Amino acid sequence: MSGSVELFLRTIIARAYPRVIGANRERSWVFFETFLPLLATASYVFFYRAIGAPEDYIGLVIIGGAMTAYWLNVLWSMSAQLYWDKDAGNLTLYIAAPTSLMAILLGMAAGGLVQTTTRAIVIVTAGWLLFGVQFSLTYWGLLMLTFFVTMAALYGMGMLFASVYLLWGREAWHISNLLQEPIFLASGFYFPVKALGFWVAAAASLVPLTLGLDAMRQLLFPDNPTFGFLSVQVEIWILVGLAVVFIVSSKFALDYMEKRARQEGRLTERRR
Amino acid sequence: MKEAWRSFRMATWLGWQIESNWTDPFLFLVYSIIKPVASVMILVIMYWVITQTDTSSAYFAYMYVGNAAYIYVGSILVGVSWAVIDDREHYQTLKYIYLSPIKLYYYLLGRGMARFLTGTLSVVITMGFGLLVLKLPITLSEVNWPYLAASMVLGLASLALLGLLLGAATLQMARHYWSVGESVAAALYLVCGAIFPIDVLPTWMLPICYALPLTYWLESLRRAVLGSDVSKGISPALASFSDSQLLLILLGSTLISGILSLFFYRWSEHRAREKGLLDMTTQY
Repeated sequence: MSGSVELFLRTIIARAYPRVIGANRERSWVFFETFLPLLATASYVFFYRAIGAPEDYIGLVIIGGAMTAYWLNVLWSMSAQLYWDKDAGNLTLYIAAPTSLMAILLGMAAGGLVQTTTRAIVIVTAGWLLFGVQFSLTYWGLLMLTFFVTMAALYGMGMLFASVYLLWGREAWHISNLLQEPIFLASGFYFPVKALGFWVAAAASLVPLTLGLDAMRQLLFPDNPTFGFLSVQVEIWILVGLAVVFIVSSKFALDYMEKRARQEGRLTERRR
Repeated sequence: MKEAWRSFRMATWLGWQIESNWTDPFLFLVYSIIKPVASVMILVIMYWVITQTDTSSAYFAYMYVGNAAYIYVGSILVGVSWAVIDDREHYQTLKYIYLSPIKLYYYLLGRGMARFLTGTLSVVITMGFGLLVLKLPITLSEVNWPYLAASMVLGLASLALLGLLLGAATLQMARHYWSVGESVAAALYLVCGAIFPIDVLPTWMLPICYALPLTYWLESLRRAVLGSDVSKGISPALASFSDSQLLLILLGSTLISGILSLFFYRWSEHRAREKGLLDMTTQY
C-alpha cells in the first residue's frame, strides 16, 4: 500500500475513532440520543392512532423517526462540524496536518454512521416491541442495498455542506436549525412523500433521505400500495447518482472553499 | 427589586440580540416563518393523508392550537437552559456575568423572555397561517379572551419557572447538556397531549399527564379558543375538570414550580460555586 493511501485510510480511522468511542463512553449521550427521540417519535405514533390511521402508518413513523437521527447527525455533526472545529481550534490543526481534509470528512462520516446506526437500531427495536410494528423482511437484501446507497448519498451531501459551512460563522448554527423541520416536511419523514404531489416530492428528492425512506418503506411494508413515490429500482438508481455527484462535488467544493477561506482569513476566525 | 428588574431587562435585550442579529432582518423574518410553518405542516399533511378531509374540523383545530402553543414550551425551556450553555461554554462570559452587579436568577429569566419573544413571533405566524390558509373553525369574537389571558399568564409563568429549574440543573452538567432542554421538551410533547387528547395514551401514562401543569395549560387554552364543550367532547379524560378548576390547578402548580425552582436554583448555584462549575468549559 502506498504511503499516501495508507495515510488517507489511517486518517479516516483516526477521525472516526473518537466519534464511536466518545459517543458510547458518555452514558448520558446514549440516553439523550435514543430514549428521548423515541418519545418524540411516539408522539407522532399516538397522533396517527388518535386519527385512526392504519397500523402500517405506525411503522412508517418509526422508520421516519429512526432516520431523523441520520439527518440530525449529518446536519450537526457533519455539515456544521468544521464550524464547531473552528470554534474549538481544531480546524487549524486539521489544515496544518500532513493529510487530506477529505479523509477527515470521510472519517467523520464513517464514525457518525456507526454512532447513529446504534441509535436508529434502538428506536426501530423499541418501536417494534412497544407498538407491535410488523416489518416485512422478504426483500432484506434490497433493503440493505437501499440503506447503504442512501447513506453514501446522504453523508456525501453532508461532506458537501461541510465545505460550505467552512465559510460561515454564527449563522451556521441557525442554518442547521432551519434545515430540520422543513426537511422533515419535504422529505416525508412522518408521512408518505407522494402526498406532497409529484413535483414537490421530485424536488425534495435532492435530499437522499426522501427516496431512501420511500424505498425502505416500500420494502418493509410491501402490502401497502400507498407508500411508493417511484419504484424501488428507480429510486436506488437515483440514489446511486446522487451519491456519486455529492461525493465528487464535495471534493471540488472543499478544495475551493478551503482556498477561499485561507484567502479571506476565515480558518481561524471565531466570530462566535 | 430594582437590580432584579435591571438584570431581567438587560438579559432580555441581550438574548434578543443573540437570537436575531446573526443575519439581516429579512432573512430573520423568513427563518421565523419557515420553521414553525414547516413544523405545523407536517401534522397537517399527516392528518390529511389519513382523514382526506379538510382542515376545518374541530378535532383538527384542537390539535393545531395545542401544537401552536407548544412552540412556547420549546422556546422557553430550551431558552433558559441554553443560556447557561451559551454563556458558560460558548461565549465563556458566565463568570463575568456572575461577578457583575446583577442577579443571575433574573438574568436567566430574561434570557428566557427573549426566547419567549421569538416564540411569540412563531406562534402568531402559526395561528395566522391556521386561520387564514387552513380556515380553522375559530371565531375570534367567540374566543373567551379573559380566560385565555389568565391561562396564558399562568402557563407561561409556569413554563419560565420550569425553564429555570432546567437551567439550574444545566449548571451541574457537562458535555452533553446541550440537548437537555430539547429532550425534555420532546418528552413533554408526548405526555401533555400537545397534538392529541391524552385519552389515546396508555392508562399507566395518565398519572404523568395529570401531574404536569402543561396538560392543564393546553386544555385551558383550547377551551378558551375552541369553546369548553368542543374541547371536553374531544378529551373526556379532562372533561371532569371545570374551566375554573383548570385555572386553579394551573395556579397551584405554578406556585409549586416557583418554590421548587427557587430552592433548587439556590442549591445549584451554591454547588456550582463550590465545585468550580461556573467557568467550566467542556464542549468548545
